[in-house]
Amino acid sequence: MCTVCGCGTSSVEGKEAHSHDHAHEHGPREHGPHEHAHAHGAHEHHHHEHDRHHHDHHGHDHAHDAHAHGPADSVIDFGAGPAGVHIAGMSQDRIIRIERDILGKNNDHARENRAHFAESGTFALNFVSSPGSGKTELLVRTIRDMKDRLPIAVIEGDQQTSNDAERIRATGAPAIQLNTGKGCHLDAHMVGHALEDLPLAPGGLLFIENVGNLVCPAAFDLGEAHKVVVLSVTEGEDKPLKYPEMFAVSDLMLLNKSDLLPHVEFDVGRCLANALKVNPDLQTLVVSARTGEGMPAFYAWIEARAARLAQRRNETAATAATR
Amino acid sequence: MHELALTESIVEMIEEESRSRGFAHVRVVRLEIGALSHVEPEAIRFCFEAVARGGVTDGARLEIITTPGEGWCLDCGKTVVVTERFGPCPDCGGYHVQVTGGEDMRVKELEVD
Repeated sequence: MCTVCGCGTSSVEGKEAHSHDHAHEHGPREHGPHEHAHAHGAHEHHHHEHDRHHHDHHGHDHAHDAHAHGPADSVIDFGAGPAGVHIAGMSQDRIIRIERDILGKNNDHARENRAHFAESGTFALNFVSSPGSGKTELLVRTIRDMKDRLPIAVIEGDQQTSNDAERIRATGAPAIQLNTGKGCHLDAHMVGHALEDLPLAPGGLLFIENVGNLVCPAAFDLGEAHKVVVLSVTEGEDKPLKYPEMFAVSDLMLLNKSDLLPHVEFDVGRCLANALKVNPDLQTLVVSARTGEGMPAFYAWIEARAARLAQRRNETAATAATR
Repeated sequence: MHELALTESIVEMIEEESRSRGFAHVRVVRLEIGALSHVEPEAIRFCFEAVARGGVTDGARLEIITTPGEGWCLDCGKTVVVTERFGPCPDCGGYHVQVTGGEDMRVKELEVD
């Protein structure tokens, strides 16, 4: 996988002739030292070289001795080990200071996406959850209920298939499917690609449905206004504690499938308490995408937040104009 | 495993630096990873060994400096060390702690030949 655009094994659905108008700079390790900015036919064709080093991940001997094994409680905690120590004493003249953020590239692309959204007045939400929490159903319902008020477009992220995009398109909303292949998350560059093909109506909504994964998407800013984490009552109420990162980076939690509450053992209060423990600023709503229970509150949240963002953008533009 | 994608961007970043600063090989890569960041240092190590092969980072040693998690305890009114994102204040035991540091992931420096 190319981490610049994540397109090593990922694909944008329906893109046979894909115009790649950004400069791809790959190191000599992969391509030889050339930098290319070109249009190519089949989207994947420049990736075969990448695949080579992926193969190396498998089957190599690996001395895996540094992590801490819990001796008594049989918990193997990779987070607790002494993670490595900086040993000083190397000659200073050969040290090059870099001080670069590992997520810097993704964040650059996220900034571009955010600027793009500001230009079109788009309010973008990044939906994250584990697989099967009902994200797509939730989006389908939301689009049906809100499409007369606001134009809505969708970017669907999955490892394989375009099933979800088809479900969205059935509502009449434009949708682009991003297949990440082996990738476990969407990154800002993939979303940038999708935006090339997804016209955004002025002042509309963009829903980005991330890959079903409660871990990896937490680290990647896509340029969205808010991350919305979806949890369903068929999952454990301790999920916010088990996967704190995702709940910590989200601004809203939707507790979905509330219509199933009579049939499952699920303590809503405890679940919300766990979520708030991880993120005291998290807003929470209990909803059912199937019956529509609680959904109006979600729509009100969207409209209020979109209005607030629009106001902030106007203020920023006004400030810039007076300078 | 997003550590793989992140490790690949680390190596790409170093290759960019090698072109702009003119060095051919890296002996040591030093990362700074916050205790509350989104990555597991062990997973980065695991990926690095494979991803680093064949380029300027071939055979390079990876050193990871872990920076401690920091939070502001609203009850104590001071900065405290936080080991988990949702962990309590080590002094008062309360949960009114806002994370203020230890979320960074950076390539800090390189030792080059």
